[in-house]
Amino acid sequence: MHGDNTSPSLSSSSSAADRRLSALVTVAYNKDPSPVKLNLGVGAYRTEEGKPLVLNVVRRAEQMLVNDSSRVKEYLPIVGLSDFNKLSAKLILGADRHICSGYCRGFFKLIVNDLTYIVSNYPYNNGLNESTFCLLGDSPAVQENKVTTVQCLSGTGSLRVGAEFLARHYHQRTIYIPQPTWGNHPKVFGLAGLSVKTYRYYDPATRGLNFQGLLEDLGSAPSGAIVLLHACAHNPTGVDPTLHQWEQIRQLMRSKALLPFFDSAYQGFASGNLDADAESVRMFAKDGGECLVAQSYAKNMGLYGERVGALSIVCRSADVASRVESQLKLVIRPMYSNPPIHGASIVATILKDRSMFQEWTIELKAMADRIISMRQQLFDALRSRGTPGDWSHIIKQIGMFTFTGLNSKQVAFMTKEYHIYMTSDGRISMAGLSSRTVPHLADAIHAAVTRVA
Amino acid sequence: MSDSVFASVVQAPEDPILGEGKPLVLNVVRKAEQMLVNDQSRVKEYLPITGLADFNKLSAKLIFGANSPAIQENRVTTVHVSGTGSLRVGAEFLARHYHEKTIYIPQPTWGNHPKVFTLAGLSVKSYRYYDPSTRGLDFSGLEDLGSAPSGAIVLLHACAHNPTGVDPTSDQWEQIRQLMRSKGLLPFFDSAYQGFASGNLDADAGSIRLFVADGGECLAAQSYAKNMGLYGERVGALSIVCKTADVATRVESQLKLVIRPMYSNPPIHGPSIVATILKDGDMYTEWSVELKAMADRIISMRQQLYDALCARGTPGDWSHIIKQIGMFTFTGLNTNQVAFMTKEYHIYMTSDGRISMAGLSSRTVPHLADAIHAAVNSVA
Repeated sequence: MHGDNTSPSLSSSSSAADRRLSALVTVAYNKDPSPVKLNLGVGAYRTEEGKPLVLNVVRRAEQMLVNDSSRVKEYLPIVGLSDFNKLSAKLILGADRHICSGYCRGFFKLIVNDLTYIVSNYPYNNGLNESTFCLLGDSPAVQENKVTTVQCLSGTGSLRVGAEFLARHYHQRTIYIPQPTWGNHPKVFGLAGLSVKTYRYYDPATRGLNFQGLLEDLGSAPSGAIVLLHACAHNPTGVDPTLHQWEQIRQLMRSKALLPFFDSAYQGFASGNLDADAESVRMFAKDGGECLVAQSYAKNMGLYGERVGALSIVCRSADVASRVESQLKLVIRPMYSNPPIHGASIVATILKDRSMFQEWTIELKAMADRIISMRQQLFDALRSRGTPGDWSHIIKQIGMFTFTGLNSKQVAFMTKEYHIYMTSDGRISMAGLSSRTVPHLADAIHAAVTRVA
Repeated sequence: MSDSVFASVVQAPEDPILGEGKPLVLNVVRKAEQMLVNDQSRVKEYLPITGLADFNKLSAKLIFGANSPAIQENRVTTVHVSGTGSLRVGAEFLARHYHEKTIYIPQPTWGNHPKVFTLAGLSVKSYRYYDPSTRGLDFSGLEDLGSAPSGAIVLLHACAHNPTGVDPTSDQWEQIRQLMRSKGLLPFFDSAYQGFASGNLDADAGSIRLFVADGGECLAAQSYAKNMGLYGERVGALSIVCKTADVATRVESQLKLVIRPMYSNPPIHGPSIVATILKDGDMYTEWSVELKAMADRIISMRQQLYDALCARGTPGDWSHIIKQIGMFTFTGLNTNQVAFMTKEYHIYMTSDGRISMAGLSSRTVPHLADAIHAAVNSVA
């Protein structure tokens, strides 16, 4: 039953593609029958019981939407759901000019002059609990219509659309990415038509920031080059600049007209505070300069598979923002026409409703707190075992991942002897840990460090 | 203050109004959606890069037929992407891994096709398709395929050609198939209306199945936007039928490398609805009934419009309205006539004379017929 097709097969020259490292980790983990196995390669939040989490407020929003029989499934505009876009811009760029601290119990909202103040509790690392008034209003850039925001397919889609826009319309086609960075970044930018260079970021000796190297490398970038910045909770190292260092980065970049492209995948998820985690972005957005921001709701709303994100471009003027938006549409339409409605509708429902927003911030903080607590527990466990070395980076780093500093031999040892699954660069996902499993991991690290060079 | 770095960006033209009728949410879709959302055990984890496995398998069966040897022999790789996205992902894959980087598209075709393919890295040529004098298929125009270079990719609308509504007959499809296979031309099907055109899912997949049955290779982009009314949920699938299971596996691995740097992995909501319906016998039946009702309504609008024009004695042959199939009709009206109809009768349609039958109702057909009648009589 073979036909008259004589052309060569589609891909006789194709070779099997590389698999993602973390996917391999999960595959190997799944095959392991050991009852004490631990998957620390997972890039998604897990509860204390090791289960994925759908936020209560998300379930509620979703049920409201689906039970509303007046809702239809019409195509969204190319730029996505308008409410969602506006609310996303406010969330990331919201002004922080009235942050003041006070001691207070509980949670409440103040509404003053149409601006909503959220009061939240979050612990500092020194154990003090403070309540902070944060202003969730419009940043000047948003108020002056200088921002165009388009709904995209989560963080990846936002990065890709932004990069394709830059490759077509921006005069400098090189983007500098930190070393190391999320594994998918180079390809996203490369396929969009940008050429990719790196700047020094992580210092293995200190397991902290190589600030000098960063300043030197950005300092010698050509004027106008694009620079990828992780807004907070750098992936994979967990190492973030301090606010003081961010200010220096900002000054350097503005003096060389380097274009900031923020990847914000963990707003609220890193420190537990939405405003604190957006500080770096806001610092740049309010100095009057231009920048791009890719936002993801995968982690902070637990909407991973719904693919919800937004790309915002802060421009010098409303007129430029409008023209930029028209060109963004020409990138999006031939890629996937318009974005999916479900996830963005959930987000918009939550962000626009005061009590749902508050409920979200509480659930978000609980996730962030659990991860911070895992860090502390692991650090304490290593100290109490007298594990050689300085492990303070575990509590200094922030976000879902920790760069342990373990080498690939030590990692292989931990997998073989202790059934710990992690990527060979020594990165572990704190979200994969629980109070119950921390001792086992600490034992494994202790053994690896003392027995394997 | 220094200038914007985007100061030289020009305002892009607006996307032409591709007006379609108000979408309706199918009862079976609402039912499936509520089942999903009320299931507390469901989570929102990332899907694999290729999407929801169930959905992929069921989509392949839907388009190729449950008993398709290609499926049974594991020669098909299917990934979940929206309709447009399926075209783009397929095209990017071809631009990287296929030896011929030219795609032939019918003239005319959906407005977004050229850009999807160009941006993916293919060069776009066209083949004659629509004959304005007959308002039917320009079959001799298919000679253009005969003179295409060996191995070139050819875009084919599986059924309900957009925008003309003109489809080849089964005989003509067979001739197209033979021609293409003899020249090693690679078929890339765009299937956006399966079941929505004739009301019959198998009939509307006939053209694709003809090609797959001959054992050769092809690509098929499927969309559930219209036939399940899932427009904004962005649900579709790209299937690549390969010579062997081994090739299919390698092709799939390369598709992942196209997808991951584009959006990492696809959205879960829409395909979950589709999979829920396709895998449940009762829901599937319910769907095919609702689908047939939609198709029948459109076929009925065609008949009503044709009858209304005949009743008014509108000059010209309007039989193409009932010969064409699917959501759109190429009326044959020119841009002046269209402008007249918009101005005088408030009829909004694309300037190429295309109307969406889905936008009509029994109540509005007379008004449209009046407008066409007036346009044909008063505007050259």
